[in-house]
Amino acid sequence: MSIRERARSTGAQITQGRNTRSAPGSPVSADAGAMRTYRSWIAAGVLLLVLPHVPGLDSNFGRSLLSQMGIAAVFALSYSLLLGQTGLLSFGHAVYFGLGAYAAIHLMRAINGGLPLPLPLVPLAGAAGGLAVGLLFGAVTTRRAGVVFTLISLGVGELVFAAMRMLQGFSGGEEGVTANRSRGPHLFGLDFASQLQVYYLIVFWALVAAALMHFFIRTPVGRMCNAVRDNPERAEFIGYSAQRVRFTVFAAAAMFAGLAGGLHAVNYEIVAAEAVGAARSGAVLLMVCIGGASHFVGAILGAITITWLQVSLSDYTAAWQLYLGLFFMAIVLFAPGGLAGLVMMHAPLLRRAAFPDLLRAYAVASMPAVAMLAGAVMLLEINYRLSTQPEAGTRITLLRVSLDAATPWPWLAAALLLVGGFLAFRRTWPGVAAAWQRATGEASAGGAR
Amino acid sequence: MSAPMPGVPALQLADVHKSFGATRIIRGISLAIATGERHAIIGPNGAGKSTLFNLISGRFAPTRGSIRLNGEEIGGRAPYRTSRRGLARSFQVTNIFPRMSVHENIRCSALWALGYRYNFWRSIDRLRDADERADEILARIRMTDRRDTLAGVLTYAEQRALEIGITIAGDAQVILLDEPTAGMSRSETEATVELIRTVTQGKTLVMVEHDMSVVFDLADRISVLVYGEVIATDAPDRVRASAAVQAAYLGTQPDA
Repeated sequence: MSIRERARSTGAQITQGRNTRSAPGSPVSADAGAMRTYRSWIAAGVLLLVLPHVPGLDSNFGRSLLSQMGIAAVFALSYSLLLGQTGLLSFGHAVYFGLGAYAAIHLMRAINGGLPLPLPLVPLAGAAGGLAVGLLFGAVTTRRAGVVFTLISLGVGELVFAAMRMLQGFSGGEEGVTANRSRGPHLFGLDFASQLQVYYLIVFWALVAAALMHFFIRTPVGRMCNAVRDNPERAEFIGYSAQRVRFTVFAAAAMFAGLAGGLHAVNYEIVAAEAVGAARSGAVLLMVCIGGASHFVGAILGAITITWLQVSLSDYTAAWQLYLGLFFMAIVLFAPGGLAGLVMMHAPLLRRAAFPDLLRAYAVASMPAVAMLAGAVMLLEINYRLSTQPEAGTRITLLRVSLDAATPWPWLAAALLLVGGFLAFRRTWPGVAAAWQRATGEASAGGAR
Repeated sequence: MSAPMPGVPALQLADVHKSFGATRIIRGISLAIATGERHAIIGPNGAGKSTLFNLISGRFAPTRGSIRLNGEEIGGRAPYRTSRRGLARSFQVTNIFPRMSVHENIRCSALWALGYRYNFWRSIDRLRDADERADEILARIRMTDRRDTLAGVLTYAEQRALEIGITIAGDAQVILLDEPTAGMSRSETEATVELIRTVTQGKTLVMVEHDMSVVFDLADRISVLVYGEVIATDAPDRVRASAAVQAAYLGTQPDA
């Protein structure tokens, strides 16, 4: 049995193990579960209140980063309703984000022009916009699932992007439409001039949206989304039109994407055609795949990770998108459950006696892995620099180390690290597999007891 | 759900045809199955038994002819419409929701019949009746101890039982079972026959089955399907004795 099959079968055992503990139908365990959920929501709320005051995040930059993460989390959660819950792969989800953002920015302009509406309600215009467009396009695109749905979503994305570039009066084209979030009636004296106030507004709506989506997947139609994902044909033989289920979840996902767009409009005070573009549709797909589509927290993890990489990695290297792509490929190939899947795989092993062994094996394997990675990064950076900026010469500084790419030494060193690291990694990997076997073997023995 | 009406058959087929291109699979079937009857359809491979089920349950539309459920035309209707009228079916190849728990499989199958439809404003865990129905069905198919297992990791026999559980969860009055004992051992088959007998109590049952002991054990009447036509419909004893049936189907060993 390979380590990945092992992981999968343990995953199944874990799910069983966890659920059997809450005895069938007993109201006590249901309440305990509800209590646990309730507590995690409170904890998340408190954490989000405190975060912008934590040293390192208490700057304007830190708060802006947190705000972006909040917006991305709502957007990614809405996407995971489609991909994770219903199995619908969309290449055009930014359409609903972007058109929601446009609805919100136009409402903000109306408020700037004298409409007596407080700013905190503006994101609702985004949600309404997303929902309206979702109902319109959803009626067509959800008629089919699978590849056809994916291709139509791509077509709708391109169509709307092209339309936004043509309808300059509405969209402002590539320059975009601007508004001022501070000019308007101030509810409770809040003028939203500071990033902190904007952050709290985003947190409020993000929590509301996350709670609603969490609730949605636990309603009859939310469960039928899973059923339609697993087996659309059988869903039809138990009384449900798979198309109607897809349409319902599509409208909900569009509404929450629109809400995220509304928050985006408030945060940036500008919305341009790129808000509906393919790059943004791709980014949200990346977030949900990297975070893990089948767990609720996966989308949030992915949104945080990708936003952080987008902001911080681009400070270190111009080739950051290349690394993002490689990271995405690595996750899809080696951890199809995403980051949340990795966490879920390890969580039940934490208290096992063999867990330190597993950590040790990871540490051993990580050394050659880091060497391999360093070699790959060196090669990439040197090549990227030489091909994109030939005029800058061959002297390159990587992590404060100065190299001359005209000499063979950097190339040799990089190649050595890459190949040597790879060979050493291959030798250490069986140790990881064996440690995993021990840890999970123990786990299943524990389950049988 | 359409209620049974006195004097009207639960299921009535009149001159039903189905062709795929030039190939005529079903060639004019007329059949009336009374409310409460247990009816088996037998026939050699390729006779059109599964196609007939697919026509009745709405997977395919008939090329012509009429199919009535309690007097109401259902031929060519979408499967979910026919299901809502009170006709449920199982599949020959196991057809479950693999990434959902066993309990969730059953609960989802009961939702429509309990009237929850496309509800998105009530938490499913607070729907007492759905929960209780699911647990009751689990007890009936003897899978209470597998309640929280993912359906996809069940054994084959367990998946077959779940298949029946999904079929009966909506409390349909007409139940179609497509080879419910296919691939089962002798003891599993016996357990399944008992299960079918209890869960279809007071309901109309139509089943396709290859295992003759199951057929003669369960069925009130048997229809023999050969090359898309019903060559006989009668009580089990008389079907067994019929020369035409023996020639066409059981024919090789009259003593068996």
